[in-house]
Amino acid sequence: MARITAGVGCSHVPAIGVAMDQGLTRQPYWAPCFAGFQESRKWMKRANPDVIFLVYNDHCTAFDATCIPTFALGCAPEFQPADEGWGPRPVPVVKNHQRLASHIAQSLILDEFDITILNEMEVDHGLTVPLSVMFGEHGPDDEWPALVVPLAINVVQFPPPTGNRCFHLGRAIRRAIDTYPEDLDVVIFGTGGMSHQLQYKRAGLINQKFDRDFLDRLTTDPIGLSQMPHIDYLREAGSEGVEMVMWHVMRGALDREVTEVHRHYHVPASNTAVGHIILENTSIQGQAI
Amino acid sequence: MSVKKDYDDIPGTFIFDADRSREGYQLNQFCISMRWQKNRDEFNADEEAYLDRYPMTQEQRHAVLNRDWNGMLALGGNIYYTSKLAANDGINFQQLAGIMTGMGNEAYREMMLNGGRSPEGNRYQYEWDQHGEE
Repeated sequence: MARITAGVGCSHVPAIGVAMDQGLTRQPYWAPCFAGFQESRKWMKRANPDVIFLVYNDHCTAFDATCIPTFALGCAPEFQPADEGWGPRPVPVVKNHQRLASHIAQSLILDEFDITILNEMEVDHGLTVPLSVMFGEHGPDDEWPALVVPLAINVVQFPPPTGNRCFHLGRAIRRAIDTYPEDLDVVIFGTGGMSHQLQYKRAGLINQKFDRDFLDRLTTDPIGLSQMPHIDYLREAGSEGVEMVMWHVMRGALDREVTEVHRHYHVPASNTAVGHIILENTSIQGQAI
Repeated sequence: MSVKKDYDDIPGTFIFDADRSREGYQLNQFCISMRWQKNRDEFNADEEAYLDRYPMTQEQRHAVLNRDWNGMLALGGNIYYTSKLAANDGINFQQLAGIMTGMGNEAYREMMLNGGRSPEGNRYQYEWDQHGEE
């Protein structure tokens, strides 16, 4: 059977992708940011997932303002890196596990999560930057080491889904994956954040205390953390910090008991606090949260 | 009558909700069209003619032509849309923040290197009002 082995929380700052694509990662500005992902890349090699279930948001790239789905599951065979205004990132095409995606789509809807199904989609930095930081440099002619099932969540037009809703969706994703008959190791990514505000006069807001507390509570109080109201993210972590609701999907898909095996936190990457955590399920047949 | 929103008192911030999305629809649809090279070429060749395709308000149109980045946000634009226009102009997110905050690129970059803008004194509009900020 398929099973979720671990969860990864990870920022998806576009400038991190630019730094990798332009070979700037050893520069003094970027070196400390990337140093924290060295251990993660070793971990990814050991974990060697067949599939990554990747929770992210589109940044007005694949979705324009005509249609704004709250939860949208990528069911296409593959996803091309998008041109976001400065040319597509030179990274591999993202390939789906289409039968697993179809199964998850069906399971989620019958589990009363009324998701949108996407049969064509380009993917922006929100999806490709986490793959790049976790797998390292891969060029457009390479292949990503794992298949990817993308779930795009609206966090651009307020309100995004609540943390509670995201957490429960994570539980439903786990139920879907647990009932898929192929023997697959799946790692779930929750991406975005951490504190940042990109717009208007308060741009540049960073709240390190908020971020570190958030990382701590993913293990010590994940359910309580998922109850945080949107206003707290907006006021404390910046208007774009509300992206962190996506991490609750990841946490909800894991066991009640998880082990934090790696953490990295760095300020700044461009306008943003970079946060990263790896949480492993502790047993083969652990109890769902 | 307008609905009172609990995020209206966050200083220096526009929350892009359904009301703003409705107001900024044509502006944002124009901005996202800058995603494609063909459209960037056509816009850069004749901005006025290209903008005729998007029936936005005169205020929005002027904000685009004058690259009034805060004005675009005030008129319903969202940063992820306006950043597509900025990218066309060769301006990245951090440079755009330097402009929107009025700090300029160097001072803004320096603030970020020093840990960013603290939440202290930046949570509520009244905190800014006390210091005479807008």
